[in-house]
Amino acid sequence: MKRKFRIFRYQPDKDKKPYYKEYEIEIEDGWTVLDALNHIHWYVDGTLAYRRACRSEICGSCAMRINGKNRLACKTQIKTLGSGTIKIEPLPGLPIIKDMVVDMDPFFRNLEKVKPYFIKYSPLPEEEQLQTPEERDLINEAAMCILCGACTTSCPSFWANPDYLGPAALLKAYRFIFDSRDEGGKERLEIINDRNGLWRCHAIFNCTEACPKNINITHYIKKLQNLAVNNQF
Amino acid sequence: MQIEKYYHKSDALVVGTGLAGLRAALALADAGIDTITISKVYPTRSHSVSAQGGIAAAIGHASDDSTELHMWDTVKGSDYLGDQDAIEMFVNEAIKTVYEMEHMGVVFSRMPDGRIAQRRFGGHSRPRAVYAADYTGHVLLHTLFEQCIKKKVRFFNEFFVLKLILREDGVVSGVVAWDIRNGGLHIFNAKATLFATGGFGRAFKITSNSFTNTGDGLSLVLREGLPIEDLEFVQFHPTGLYRLGILVSEAARGEGGYLINGKGERFMKRYAPEKMELAPRDVVARAEQTEINEGRGIDGKDYIYLDLRHLGAEKIKERLPQIRELAMNFLGVDPIKEPIPIQPTAHYQMGGIPTTKRGEVLGDGKSQVVPGFYAAGEAACVSIHGANRLGTNSQQEAITMGRITGLAMAEFVKKADLMPVPDKAVEEAEAHVRRYLEGKGSVRPFELRERLHEIMTNKVGIFRNERDLTEAVRQVRELEAEIPNIHVEDKGVRFNLDLQEALETENLLVFSEVIAAGALNRRESRGAHYRVDYPKRDDENWLKHTLAWKTPEGVKFDYKPVVITKYQPQERKY
Repeated sequence: MKRKFRIFRYQPDKDKKPYYKEYEIEIEDGWTVLDALNHIHWYVDGTLAYRRACRSEICGSCAMRINGKNRLACKTQIKTLGSGTIKIEPLPGLPIIKDMVVDMDPFFRNLEKVKPYFIKYSPLPEEEQLQTPEERDLINEAAMCILCGACTTSCPSFWANPDYLGPAALLKAYRFIFDSRDEGGKERLEIINDRNGLWRCHAIFNCTEACPKNINITHYIKKLQNLAVNNQF
Repeated sequence: MQIEKYYHKSDALVVGTGLAGLRAALALADAGIDTITISKVYPTRSHSVSAQGGIAAAIGHASDDSTELHMWDTVKGSDYLGDQDAIEMFVNEAIKTVYEMEHMGVVFSRMPDGRIAQRRFGGHSRPRAVYAADYTGHVLLHTLFEQCIKKKVRFFNEFFVLKLILREDGVVSGVVAWDIRNGGLHIFNAKATLFATGGFGRAFKITSNSFTNTGDGLSLVLREGLPIEDLEFVQFHPTGLYRLGILVSEAARGEGGYLINGKGERFMKRYAPEKMELAPRDVVARAEQTEINEGRGIDGKDYIYLDLRHLGAEKIKERLPQIRELAMNFLGVDPIKEPIPIQPTAHYQMGGIPTTKRGEVLGDGKSQVVPGFYAAGEAACVSIHGANRLGTNSQQEAITMGRITGLAMAEFVKKADLMPVPDKAVEEAEAHVRRYLEGKGSVRPFELRERLHEIMTNKVGIFRNERDLTEAVRQVRELEAEIPNIHVEDKGVRFNLDLQEALETENLLVFSEVIAAGALNRRESRGAHYRVDYPKRDDENWLKHTLAWKTPEGVKFDYKPVVITKYQPQERKY
């Protein structure tokens, strides 16, 4: 079956402005958008640029905008995209390096601000710290985040203000603050309890909708907001 | 064309940011050593993230396990090619690794009393796999990345290494790399350089590996005239999603999944009556391929079923959520209701850059250390896995050897001098890139890659023979001869994916000859290397490691003895 792709093209050191280029290719049943991009890159236009690695929904490389929605190209089956032309663009809100390749550094810098690592001040046991399955369940879903950036770059609050930490960084803060073993909750909460942190989330739910791992990010941000209000630390 | 050059200095340089690379970087940072890591991807995109099932350690939470048993299982699993001194060290350090990772915050799955849970895995005689549902690699990699952020490790992400700097005096003093994002040559000058560059699965058509697993480290080493060890041992994982090769964790069988042929039969009873589906991967992959070759695939086709239905919805959702998602998304099959179509998939390289038990690279493959050069993880061959790796031993090796190697590097850089980079090395790297950006060839990288895939999959696969392998060696050499003719369509310097694919294809071709020639050379069957014309293990002639060098005339071989301490080789039955 033939399908048309309308693909965003832009090389900032060469092109005056971005443009769209159409490619029509023969696709096979079961192909994902990533399969189509690879096919175009290999057989039609070797100058096309995009990121990809695992092609199994876990490395987070290939997040991009597909028909107006942030998704992983490797996870998106072409047959779920209707019958029209498929539009492919980079994630919005980040500087473009080339075509679908955006500069993820601002995204990772925001992540670094929330102390995105396990903090323990008390002495550690010789063996493991105990954690019941119920305690672990609190953070299980949040720990599944693959840092693809689909959530943060789908958030209108982030588009309006790039200093906003964004859903991915807040989710990471949640993952540690609600970890029964962690002792950095208070200092992390102080960082995110800020105009450019928790309180810039207006529960628009774009992040939750965009998350390819189906993490209910808005719900966790809400829990953090409640914690900040009740000041439980 | 103007190609800018940039110079960086550090005490330690880590190439590759998977589990081995990040763990080494962390050990170095903890020791106060100035460390740079470079990677062709952002660290969390490294292929370790795809590991699913678990990490082996005899912590004995679910049984009467011991390090002795872990050692014995690993030695037997390796078909006696693993070096027993290395394995003994490994199984002891493994326990420390698990607790250390837990102390860094890894969300391991738990028992009701709050202790770390464990489950069964192929070839292990006890439930030994410590896990986080079926995304263990993901949580381990992210945790190490987080700790590296905490320790302010200097990351250079999206850099492609063009050349290992091996000086004429035999000292390694860094690498020359290409900045994928912006273009330009970066010369990383360091006292100690670690290759944690991962595996080579992309040499095969059906593979569980990321697009990034093109064995770059192997080819960089071979080009400098250094040897590679035991590369003929390729692990085919028994359960890849049909046609795609995407990994379905062995944990699916560890939790009780069945393998079913076209006749509806649990065929493993004919191959490994005792262990059944939990025999080691080489045994199970061969059994599957035999069923398929003899017409007992599903509907006579080239796949069989992995059946999880009897485990029930709850267990599948709790313990195997990722593989359920993958089966649904990619094959439209919900494992709760239907069996999953699967086939063997190229998964892991047992061989690699020969090292000591401290990760020091051996220039002669045997005893001569290359000053300033280290390797760890899948790229290295210590050898812990011998002829066949047990599931969950690789994530464990990556982290454990990453730590040990990082500590060895820290010790080394404290007394070593920074040796300058010869101009020649930089000139060669520049010429290498210019050839693609300024030259014009006629063959596209993917064409060579596809031809390589056919050769490697059809002739250097699970079942091998003299005629196919002879042909494979010749054909791979023919493809290699076409390297100067590769055509890169994109002539820009900014995120040039075409250039990267050309460089990766070149790397695939350089080491693939070593796999094929090694397989032709080894006239016996051992572990994952199976010769239909020499179906028996031959300890008299082949209880030894292969060392292979590339020469213009072909691959040159030497050998070194296997270290045997506690367990003498015996018949291997499951």
